[in-house]
Amino acid sequence: MTTILNEGDSAGTTGAAQGSPVDAAPDPDKGTSRGRLVLRRFVRNKAALVCLALIVVLYFLAFCYPLFTQWTYDQQDYTSFLVPPGGTHWFGTDKIGTDMFAQVMRGLQKSLTIGLLVGIISTSFAALVGTTAGYFLGWTDRSLMWIVDLLLTLPSFLIIAICSPAFRGKTWLIFVGLLAVFQWMITARIVRGMTLTLKEREFVKAAKFMGQPARRIIFKHILPNMASLLIIDATINVGSAVLAETSLSFFGFGVQPPDVSLGTLISDGTESTLTYPWLFFIPAGFLVLFVLSVNFAGDGLRDALDPSSTKGRRKESKRKALGELRKAKFDVQTERRGMPAPQGEGKHR
Amino acid sequence: MTAADTLFEPAGGSSDVGPVLEVSDLAVSFPSESGRVQAVRGLSYQVSPGEVLGIVGESGSGKSVSSLAVMGLLPSQARISGSIKFQGRELIGLSDDQLSKIRGRKISMVFQDPLSALTPVYTVGDQIAEGLLVHGKGRVTKQAAAKRSVELLDLVGIPNAAERAKAFPHEFSGGMRQRAVIALAIANDPDLIIADEPTTALDVTVQAQVLEVLKTAQEVTGAGIVIITHDLGVVAGFADRLMVMYAGKAVETGHVDEVYQRPRMPYTLGLLGSIPRVDADEKQPLVPIEGQPPSLVDLPQGCPFAPRCPMAVDACLTDEPPLSEVDNSGDHYAACIRSDELGAVEVQADEASVAAAVDVAAEVFGVEVIGEPEVARIPRDQRTVVLDVRDMVKEYPVTKGVVFKRRIGTVHAVDGITFDIREGETLGVVGESGCGKTTTLMEILGLEKPMRGEISVLGQNVSALNGRSRKAVRRDMQVVFQDPMASLDPRMPIGDVIAEPMQVHGIDKEQIAKRIPELLKLVGLRREHADRYPAEFSGGQRQRIGIARALALEPKLVVLDEPVSALDVSIQAGVINLLDELKAKLGLSYLFVAHDLSVVRHIADRVAVMYLGKIVEIGDVDSVFSSPQHPYTQALLSAIPIPDPIKERARERIILTGDLPSPANPPSGCRFRTRCFLHASLPPEKQSKCIEVEPPRAVQAPDHEAACHYAEPRQVV
Repeated sequence: MTTILNEGDSAGTTGAAQGSPVDAAPDPDKGTSRGRLVLRRFVRNKAALVCLALIVVLYFLAFCYPLFTQWTYDQQDYTSFLVPPGGTHWFGTDKIGTDMFAQVMRGLQKSLTIGLLVGIISTSFAALVGTTAGYFLGWTDRSLMWIVDLLLTLPSFLIIAICSPAFRGKTWLIFVGLLAVFQWMITARIVRGMTLTLKEREFVKAAKFMGQPARRIIFKHILPNMASLLIIDATINVGSAVLAETSLSFFGFGVQPPDVSLGTLISDGTESTLTYPWLFFIPAGFLVLFVLSVNFAGDGLRDALDPSSTKGRRKESKRKALGELRKAKFDVQTERRGMPAPQGEGKHR
Repeated sequence: MTAADTLFEPAGGSSDVGPVLEVSDLAVSFPSESGRVQAVRGLSYQVSPGEVLGIVGESGSGKSVSSLAVMGLLPSQARISGSIKFQGRELIGLSDDQLSKIRGRKISMVFQDPLSALTPVYTVGDQIAEGLLVHGKGRVTKQAAAKRSVELLDLVGIPNAAERAKAFPHEFSGGMRQRAVIALAIANDPDLIIADEPTTALDVTVQAQVLEVLKTAQEVTGAGIVIITHDLGVVAGFADRLMVMYAGKAVETGHVDEVYQRPRMPYTLGLLGSIPRVDADEKQPLVPIEGQPPSLVDLPQGCPFAPRCPMAVDACLTDEPPLSEVDNSGDHYAACIRSDELGAVEVQADEASVAAAVDVAAEVFGVEVIGEPEVARIPRDQRTVVLDVRDMVKEYPVTKGVVFKRRIGTVHAVDGITFDIREGETLGVVGESGCGKTTTLMEILGLEKPMRGEISVLGQNVSALNGRSRKAVRRDMQVVFQDPMASLDPRMPIGDVIAEPMQVHGIDKEQIAKRIPELLKLVGLRREHADRYPAEFSGGQRQRIGIARALALEPKLVVLDEPVSALDVSIQAGVINLLDELKAKLGLSYLFVAHDLSVVRHIADRVAVMYLGKIVEIGDVDSVFSSPQHPYTQALLSAIPIPDPIKERARERIILTGDLPSPANPPSGCRFRTRCFLHASLPPEKQSKCIEVEPPRAVQAPDHEAACHYAEPRQVV
C-alpha cells in the first residue's frame, strides 16, 4: 500500500502542477464506471432505444427525402390539386399542387433541428446559470437573477418580432438562438432553488473538503442530482419550441414561405382538418411521433441516470418531477403577475 | 407529590388482579412490492399493573409495529391476527369508534418525535385540555380542564406551568415537548402507557430528565408501561422485565437482572457485548454482530438469527426454536436450542454479573482487544503535532430587517477554544447539541483563516495558505460524516465515490483502478461492490464506504463527525472496531466528535468536553472519566445509562435543570452557572465569583485541565 501511495504522491504533485482550468475538466465521466453504468442501463431500456433509433430515422428521412421522391417542397404539380394520398404523391397534395411528402420532410428538417437545438440549448443554459447563481450566491447570484427577472418581464414575442426583420434572409438558425434565449429563465430559477438545497448536502461538503474545485462539484455532483428535472424540462422544451416557432411563423416571422416547417404546415392544415384531413393529420402525426420519441428517449436517459429508478417506480417519479416543475413554473408566473407566490420562491431570494 | 394525590386515584385500587395487557400470538403483515412483509410473527407477552416492560431490538425487528397494533393505529392494509386483551377485553376487531374510547383514556402513547406529536397551531395547554375534554364529555368543564392541564404540566416538571401552558409547541425545547407529551399521556390516568423510543431524539442530559419524568408518571398513575427502545442502557435501570425481539419474534424474555446477567440467546449476548461501556476501566473488545437482520418477506427455514450467529449448528437451520424456559428459573425464556451450552460457558465465571456476560459474549463471538498503534508508545510530547487549534473564535451575526440588515446581536458559536492532536492519537469532542462541536469541525475543515485565533494543520498555519498549499493540506486531512446516506452522492457508483478524492489530487487512472479494490477490502467490503450505487447498501456498509473514501489518500488526520450515531448498536460496534483497527494499522490521528460519551470512552485517547462554545474540561480519557472535575462533565457522565440493571439502580443521577442557554446571549462569568448544581449549593459570597469571573482552564492533574473555580473530582460512573 505504501508503494502505491508514494507513486500516487509523485503523480499527485505533477497533476496539481498542470491543473490549469483548461485541462482539469475535459469530461468528468469519460472512462469512469459511472459513464459505462449509465450506458449499460440505457441500452437495457428497449423502449428508449427504439425511440432513439426512431429520431435517427426521422433525421435520415428528413434530409435524404429527395432520394425517394421526384418532387421537391417548392415545386407544384399543376395536374393535381388536393389529391388524397396515393399514387406518385404519397401524402397527397395541397391546394396549389405541392407534394405533401416533400413538404412534410422539409418541414421535419426544420422542426427537428429547431426543437432539439432549442431544447438542449435552453436547458443547458438554464442549468448553467441556475447552478452558478445558486452555488456561488452573493453578487454572482444577484446579477444573474437580475438578468433572469429582466428577461422574464420583457415580452419575448415582441422582441423576436422586432429582431426578425434584421435577420431576414440570413440563416434560420439565428431563429433557434432567439427562441432559446426566451425559454430558459423559469427553469434557471428552479435549478437555482434546487442547487441551494443540494449545496447543503453532506456529499457536496465532502467533495469541497477533499479539494474538488467548484466547477467540478457542479458538474459531478449537483447537475447529476437534478438530472430528472433537466431531462424532463428539455423534452418539454422540444415540443414547445416547435409550437412557438409555428405561432411566430404564422405572424410572418421565422420560417417564411416558400420554405416550410412542421408548424407552418399544421397551421395551414387546420382549416381543412375535416375536409382534406391529410393536410393536417400527416404533419401533426409526425410532430406527435417526434415529440413522443424525444420524451421516451429522455425518460430512458433519466432512468439510466437515476439509480433508484425501477420499472415499477418510473411512472411515479416522473409524475412527481412533472408536478414539481409545473408548480415551480406556476410560482414564478404568479410572482411575475405581482401576486403572492403560494410557496417557496420568495425565500430563495 | 401532593398535586399528584389529588389528580390521580391511588394506584392498585382497581378490581382486576390479572394483567393489564395480554398479547398472545400476535401476527401483523403488510403488503409490499416483493410480497407480504411479516412484521410481527407470533408475539406473546403480558404487562401487569405497575410493571415496566422493556422491548429491545434493532430497527425492523417489529417492536414498534406490535405496539401500534395494541393502540389500533396500524394502517388499514395491515393484516392482524392473534389476540390483544386489555383488562380482559379483546381489542382486535373493535371499531375505530370503540377503540377511541379506550385510546387516550385507558391506554396512552408517547411517541419518539415530540415535535410531530404535538399540533403546532394549538397551545400546549389547549392540547392537554382537549384530551381531557374528549374523554370527560359533560363531566369536565373547560375551566376545570384548563386548570388540570396546568397541574399536569407542573407535575412533569415544566417551570412556570401556568405561563407555559399558553405557549405553542415550537416555543418549547425538545425535552420540554417530550414532557408535555408525557403530561398528555397521563392526563386521563391511564392504566397502560406505551412509550415508543421516548428518548431517542434527545440529548443525554435531557434523556435522563425525561426518564425521570416517566418514572414519576408511572408512580402517580400506577400504570403498566411498555417502553420500546434500541438502547439496552436506557431500560436497564427502568424496566422490570425485558423482552428482546428479533425478526418479528421475541427471542428472549425474563426479569431484567436475569436477562442482563445470564443471557441465554446469542443475539442478546451480542447486543450486550456490542455496547461500549462508559464505566469500563480498561479497553474491552466490542462485539459486532456480522450481517444484517433478515428480510421479513421471505424468511428462510430455521432460526432467523442463525446466519449471523457464531454458535449456529446444522440443527439451527431446520426448525425455528420456540421460546422455552431456561435454567428452571420460571420466568426466563429464550428461543435458542443451545441456550444450555451458553449457561455452561458462563459457569466458568465466578458469579453471574453483566461484566461476566460481556466476557462470555467476547468469547462466543471471538473478538479481541485491538492493539495500539506503534507510535503510541512514544511519549506524547515527542510526537508530531497533527492539528493545533489556538483560541479559535467563530461568531455569526444575528440580523434583522429585509432591505437594510441591522446587526442586533452575535451568536458566539465557538468562543476561544484551544487544543492539539498528536500523531496516532484520538481526541474525542463531546457536548450537547448546540455546544459548537460541529462549528469547530467545519472551521477546521474549511481551512480558512478563523475570525480570531489560529489553526495549524501538520505545522502549517492555515491563514498563510494559498490555493495550492491548501489543496496539499486537504490531502492529509479527510472527513467522515454523520449521516452515511447524505454523505454519499446517490447518483454515483461506489467505485467513483472512492475514486473521487484521488482524481481530485491527480492520481492516474491505473493506480486508482488498483487502489479501489484495496480500499474496499480494507473496510470489509468486496471488490464487486464498486459498481453498485449507495442506495443498495445498508447504513453500516455506507459508513464503511465513507471511511474508505476518507482513507483513499492515506491522510494523517481523519475528522469524524458523529460517525456511528445514525447506526444500530450491533452495526455501530463493527464500525468502531474498524476505526480502531485502521488507527492501529495506519497510524492515523482522529478528531472524533460525538454526543455519546460511551463511544468516546471506548475510542478516544483524550477527550474535550464543550459547553456553549468553550472547552470546560480536557484531558486524558481515563482521568476525565474516572475523576471528572467540572460539574458539567460530572452531570454528562452521570446521565449516561449503563447497561447493567444493578449498577444502574444504585447510581445517583445528577439531573441538570433546564436547557442549554442561547449562544447569542451567554451568561456572564462562568457559562455553566445557570444550570450548575455546584453553583446552586455554594454560599452567596462564593457564587459571586462564578457570576463575575470567567473561570480559566487550570491544570488539575497530569494531562487534565478543567475550567471551574471550585473544581473537585467526583466519582459518577
